Amino acid sequence: MAEIVLDKVTKKYPDGALAVQEVDIEIADGEFIILVGPSGCGKSTTLNMIAGLEDITTGELRIGGERVNERAPKDRDIAMVFQSYALYPHMTVRENMAFPLRLAKVDNATVEKKVNDAADILDLGQHLDRKPSNLSGGQRQRVAMGRAIVRSPKAFLMDEPLSNLDAKLRVQMRTSVSRLQKQLGTTMVYVTHDQTEAMTLGDRVVVMRGGAVQQIGAPQYLYDHPANLFVAGFIGSPSMNFVPAGLENGLLRSPLGDIQLTDRIRRLVEAADAPSEVIVGIRPEHFEDSSLVEEHQRGGGHTFTSNVDVLESMGSDKFAYFTLSGEQATSAELAELAADSGTAEASGGGGVSLVTRIDAASTAKEGEQAEIWFNADKVQLFDPQSGRNLTYTED
Amino acid sequence: MSQTTTERSGGAVKAAEPKKKVALSEGKKAERRLGWLLCAPAAIIMLAVTAWPIIYSVYLSLQRYDLKFPDRQEFVGLDNYATVLSSPYWWNAVWVTTVMTVVSVVIELVLGMALALIMHRTLVGRGIVRTSTLIPYGIVTVVAAFSWRYAWTPGTGYLAELMGGDPVLTEKIPALAVVILAEVWKTTPFMALLLMAGLALVPDDLLKAAALDGASGWQRFTKVILPLMKPAILVALLFRTLDAFRIFDNLFVLTGGSQGTSSVSMLTYNNLIKGLNLGIGSTMSVLIFIAVAIIAFVFIKLFGTAAPGSDDGGKR
Repeated sequence: MAEIVLDKVTKKYPDGALAVQEVDIEIADGEFIILVGPSGCGKSTTLNMIAGLEDITTGELRIGGERVNERAPKDRDIAMVFQSYALYPHMTVRENMAFPLRLAKVDNATVEKKVNDAADILDLGQHLDRKPSNLSGGQRQRVAMGRAIVRSPKAFLMDEPLSNLDAKLRVQMRTSVSRLQKQLGTTMVYVTHDQTEAMTLGDRVVVMRGGAVQQIGAPQYLYDHPANLFVAGFIGSPSMNFVPAGLENGLLRSPLGDIQLTDRIRRLVEAADAPSEVIVGIRPEHFEDSSLVEEHQRGGGHTFTSNVDVLESMGSDKFAYFTLSGEQATSAELAELAADSGTAEASGGGGVSLVTRIDAASTAKEGEQAEIWFNADKVQLFDPQSGRNLTYTED
Repeated sequence: MSQTTTERSGGAVKAAEPKKKVALSEGKKAERRLGWLLCAPAAIIMLAVTAWPIIYSVYLSLQRYDLKFPDRQEFVGLDNYATVLSSPYWWNAVWVTTVMTVVSVVIELVLGMALALIMHRTLVGRGIVRTSTLIPYGIVTVVAAFSWRYAWTPGTGYLAELMGGDPVLTEKIPALAVVILAEVWKTTPFMALLLMAGLALVPDDLLKAAALDGASGWQRFTKVILPLMKPAILVALLFRTLDAFRIFDNLFVLTGGSQGTSSVSMLTYNNLIKGLNLGIGSTMSVLIFIAVAIIAFVFIKLFGTAAPGSDDGGKR
C-alpha cells in the first residue's frame, strides 16, 4: 500500500500530440480515486503512465515516496484490471490468478492459499478449473480482479473494468468493487467515462478534459460546486440545465424570465467580475411544481409558466421537459459535452430545452401549461468564454 | 454464398439424424439439392486431379511395369514394395530427407519467429522491412538454386572463395548443409509470414497485463505469446514439414542427387522419369504419400488444431 503522487506529469507523443498536460494529483494511501472524462480526455493515458505502460514525457511519478518514472511495469508493484479483462485464454481460472505469484516464485502452498482466499472473496470457488472462454462476462471480470488482488500490490489500477458488462450487472459489480476496495484498503485508481460510476464509487473524483485536470474533489463537492461549465455539465444525470442570460445590476434577463439574484450570489458575481453575458446553470431537482411549494418558500425563488413537452413518471418523482423560446447557450465546453453524449444533433432544434425533476404528486400534464418554481439561490452562473463558474465558492 | 448454403444444409442433416429420418419439407430438400449441386464442380475437379492419380499410382505400384520392357507388364502384388523397402538407396534417401526436413524446419522456425517479431514490432519503415524480408520467397526456387550453385562453385563463386576454395557441393555432408542453407534462405520468409499472422492474434492487453503481473520480456514470449500462437505455429510447421519432406528443386540443381544426397522425391524422379520404371516409381510415390499423411496426422493429433482456451485444449 502506498500513496501515489503525479507531479506535473505530461505525455507528448512523437507526432507532437499532447495527450496529458501537467497533471498534478496526490492520491493518499488507501484512497479510491476516479479519473473521469469523455473519451480522448487523457484519463487512460494517465493510468497507463502510472502503470508504466506509457513513458512519462516530463514530470515525476512517485509511488510510496519513490520516483518510479524509469521503472518497468513489473517493478512498480501495482496490479491492473483491463476493460477487456485480459485473461490468459490458455490458462484455467486458477492458473490465471496464480500467474503473478508463480512469476514471483512464491512457493506452492502460499500460491494455493492466496488463490483460494481470493476465490472466496470473489465467489469464484466452483470455477477455478474452468477456462475463461467458458465463463460469463461478470465471472471473467471477477477473475481479472482476483488476479489483481492475489499478490497484494501497492495499488490497483482499473481501466473501465465494468464497461463490457450489461447494465444490471454493472450496477451489481459497482457495489462489489466498492466493497472490495474498503475491505482491502488498498489505493485504487479507477478510470471511467461514466459519471454515475464516478459519483457512486470514489472517495474523490478527478474530472479531465483535453488532457488537463478540470477539478478534483469529493463527488458531492463536484456536484454542488463545479469549478466550470464542463464539470457542471459532465457531473449529474440528467445533466444541469444551461440557459443563456444577460446580467444587469443583479438582474438576470433569461428565457426563464427576469430573475433577481439573491444577495449571496450577487456578492459572488461581483467579486468574480462577471461579464454582461452569462450562462445560467440550474440542476433539474432545483425545480418544483409551484402548486406544491409552500407559500413562505416561494419568496426565495422564481416562477415561470411553459408548455410541458414530455412528462416521464419515474414513480418516486417526475421529469418534465420544456422548450423555452430563445437561443441555446453556446460555449466550447457545452459543444464538447454534447458531442460526447451524442446529443449534438438531437438538441439542434430552436429553443432552450429544460429538464426539471418535480414531485410525483404534481398534476402537470403533457401538452398543457405548467407553472414551475425554482430556487433562485441555487442557480450557478458561468462565463461563456472561459467556462469559469462565477458563483464558485470553496465551501 | 455457396458455402453458407452447403453448411446450412449439412447442419440440417445432422440435426435430423437423431430423430430417425424426419421427413424433410420440400424447401429443405430443395436446399439440400442446391447444396450438393454447388459442391459438385469442386468435388468433381478434386476427384479428377487428385483422387484419380492417387488411385492410379496405387494400381501401378502393384504392377511390374518398366517402359523399357513394356511387354513384361504383370501384376506382382507387393513385390515392388519389398524391393523398395529393402533397397539401401531408398533408406539413404529417407534418412537424408528426414535430416534435411528436421534441420531446415527447426532453423526456419527459430529464424521465422525472430523475423515475425521484428516485422510485428517495427514502427518505422514497416513496409520496407516487410517487403525486403519477403524478397527471397518471391524469387523462383530454381533461379535462386542456380545462384547458390554458382556461388559455391570453386573458381567462379564468391562463397567458395570465402570458404577457401573447397568444392563443397561434391562432398555429402557439406553439400547437404548448402542445400539446407538454400532451403532456409528461401522459405524462412514464408514461415515468418504465417507466424506473423499468428502474432497479430495476441491481444496487446494480454501482454500489458503480463508485464504488470511481473513477466519479463522472455516470460511474456514463452508464457503468453507462444501458447496463444500455437495454432499458427502448428500450421506453419505442418506446411513447412510437408514441403521440406518433398524437397526436389534445390537438390536437383545443387547436387543432382550425387554423393548420396538424393531425397525421396529425387530418387522417385530418377526411377520414374529417368529410369522409366513406372512400377518402382509409383511405389515410391505411394510411400511418400503415406509418409506425408503420417506427418500430418501426427501433427494434428499431437498438438491439436483448435484455438487455445477450450477446455479440451483443442485435441481431437
